[in-house]
Amino acid sequence: MASTEIARQAGEGARAVPLAGHVGFDSMPDQLVNKSVNHGFCFNILCVGETGLGKSTLMDTLFNTKFEGEPTQHNQPGVTLKSNTYELQESNVRLKLTVVNTVGFGDQINKEDSYKSIVEFIDAQFEAYLQEELKIKRTLHSYHDTRIHACLYFIAPTGHSLKSLDLVTMKKLDSKVNIIPIIAKSDAISKSELAKFKIKITSELVSNGVQIYQFPTDDESVAEINSTMNSHLPFAVVGSTEEVKIGNKMVKARQYPWGTVQVENENHCDFVKLREMLIRVNMEDLREQTHTRHYELYRRCKLEEMGFKDTDPDSKPFSLQETYEAKRNEFMGELQKKEEEMRQMFVQRVKEKEAELKEAEKELHEKFDRLKKLHQDEKKKLEEKKKTLDDELNMFKQKKTAAELLQNQAQQAGGSTTLKRDKERKN
Amino acid sequence: MANTPRSRVNLLSKAISGTHSSTGGSTLLGYIGIDTIIEQMRKKTMKTGFDFNIMVVGHSGLGKSTLVNTLFKSQVSRRSAGWARDEKIPKTVEIKSVSHVIEEGGVKMKLTLVDTPGFGDQINNDNCWEPISKFINEQYEKFLKEEVNITRKKRIPDTRVHCCLYFISPTGHSLRQLDIEFMKRLSHSVNIIPIIAKADTMTTEERQEFKQRVRKELEMSGIEFYPQKEFDDDMEDKSDNDKIREAMPFAVVGSDKEYQVNGKRVLGRKTAWGVVEVENPNHCEFAQLRDFLIRSHLQDLKEVTHNIHYETYRAKRLNENGGLHPISSSDTQESNL
Repeated sequence: MASTEIARQAGEGARAVPLAGHVGFDSMPDQLVNKSVNHGFCFNILCVGETGLGKSTLMDTLFNTKFEGEPTQHNQPGVTLKSNTYELQESNVRLKLTVVNTVGFGDQINKEDSYKSIVEFIDAQFEAYLQEELKIKRTLHSYHDTRIHACLYFIAPTGHSLKSLDLVTMKKLDSKVNIIPIIAKSDAISKSELAKFKIKITSELVSNGVQIYQFPTDDESVAEINSTMNSHLPFAVVGSTEEVKIGNKMVKARQYPWGTVQVENENHCDFVKLREMLIRVNMEDLREQTHTRHYELYRRCKLEEMGFKDTDPDSKPFSLQETYEAKRNEFMGELQKKEEEMRQMFVQRVKEKEAELKEAEKELHEKFDRLKKLHQDEKKKLEEKKKTLDDELNMFKQKKTAAELLQNQAQQAGGSTTLKRDKERKN
Repeated sequence: MANTPRSRVNLLSKAISGTHSSTGGSTLLGYIGIDTIIEQMRKKTMKTGFDFNIMVVGHSGLGKSTLVNTLFKSQVSRRSAGWARDEKIPKTVEIKSVSHVIEEGGVKMKLTLVDTPGFGDQINNDNCWEPISKFINEQYEKFLKEEVNITRKKRIPDTRVHCCLYFISPTGHSLRQLDIEFMKRLSHSVNIIPIIAKADTMTTEERQEFKQRVRKELEMSGIEFYPQKEFDDDMEDKSDNDKIREAMPFAVVGSDKEYQVNGKRVLGRKTAWGVVEVENPNHCEFAQLRDFLIRSHLQDLKEVTHNIHYETYRAKRLNENGGLHPISSSDTQESNL
């Protein structure tokens, strides 16, 4: 009763069918969006740049709030990454924003390894996601996504060109994360210099083959604005959380003796463009690119590294399971070998210890024997001495008795003579 | 707002030790534009379009094809795709699926209808659910294989069955043995929505009684039909879904013919004693089913299928063969012990 015939007319044969009335599935995007809203969103930004370029201030300005923290010192021995997560809410949208800062970037004398910590950090986030995805019992649905969606690279406003540190770092990062280069503290450059600087930077990036993030132009509604913005990259920004009164409004600005730089004035800097692009237009696209391009690339490399392939050299689909089984056996074999080794080592150690203990025991025995012997010798000597003493004592006694006897006899004889004399006297 | 101290992130051990409560949550000083992400998301999803796969199960003559056509207001069932209605009933359960692309309001949907002719039609219906179960698992397997690839497609084609409409015969008495067996076995691998077919053969009171009986039987047999109680997210969901669960199974009537009633053109069935209007909530519960299925829970059906049924299948599959994957150390313990 079990045979099945599966006659598929999938995909290729799907015809378009006209609807005779309102069905109602056009509410599907709304359903999807509602679910996502209930779930909340996350967005992770990485700020890379030398200390003192205004990274924290820019973040504060972008998100209109004061993230905490004091400015970092310049004496860090290496580059570390500090990340902070914040929960922001606007109307009914909850956003879990994570801002990661590079601390100590560009401060060392030898900057060769500066990019390494950043790359490792990004990889670690991918790794964590990959591990979660590979688990047997997984909860991807409620997983807090920590992968970096956008990397803001802060370029120092020298007005000349990119530093070699910048080029090297960006080259290393471009295949792992969406890079958006920005010129920091751009109020230090004049307008004409700025235009030249931007051109120089873009040409250097192109000639070095650095892939920066291009705003997507495939969706008609945003294609236009995105392509104009693409031509304004890198954005020259100014950040400020202080408010200054201009006219009769309070605006975010930086006040100088010679004038005021307004952050949200498009003539003064590109801050508004950056905010527009980063948050209001392309946030979803950034997240998607991270997941579908960068993460997939990482995953593919990682799995291939581990020895998994989709097809073997004979281009027959390689069963993942076979590979896995083989690896597993290998792994088990290694495990067993290690176990054996450990056991051997253990046995050996025990033997050694045993031998040591035996030695010690023997020594003790010997000592004991020696002592015993000594004791016996002493005893013997003492006994002999005793004997001699006894003998002497005996002899002495004998002599004494003999002497006494003689004395007694002598006395008796003397006594009897005195008696005799007395007797004679009497008579 | 308490400023929590910064957490030091050391390279490979990333741990945000506790999410830091927002410093800006309630003190946003101006409009940032975070809520535009909703628009962005909506635009993206509209561009990519949706897939939806629905399966209809029930013995022949219960009006499955008609109902689906009525639901989607178009000739989507295979009956109209060139199959004759008086085709012979197959000797075994077959699985026939057909896909259509329908568009409404700028939203494109690829609707795949999976039909199961031959189900429950034989004299001996032992194990007639097996081909269906096998088909459902095959779709999961296909998806799993794609997901496990090294180079994955950008969008894995989703052929998993999102919803299974089970047609209950309107006997007026109780569920049949086959009904209970089928639903018991499949309610854990697919979302089952039981519906009472051809409800115009029962009066309103008979219908109510039948529904009560059916619900009680389902409860007693431990069958969890969609929306499952255990997957309710929050109180709001729970109360919404409770209302729906109370009204299930929906007693429906399907029709693709239009008639004139009170000056309006309505879909209905014309009989000698009147016209049964399909979309009239007094006549049958079709409108409720349609709203529930399409207008409010379409996305949820897909999500439950993906997040729960598929994950269950995946976990089971990975466990039985010792896994298909390179695994973390924790999983090594799992599969070794």
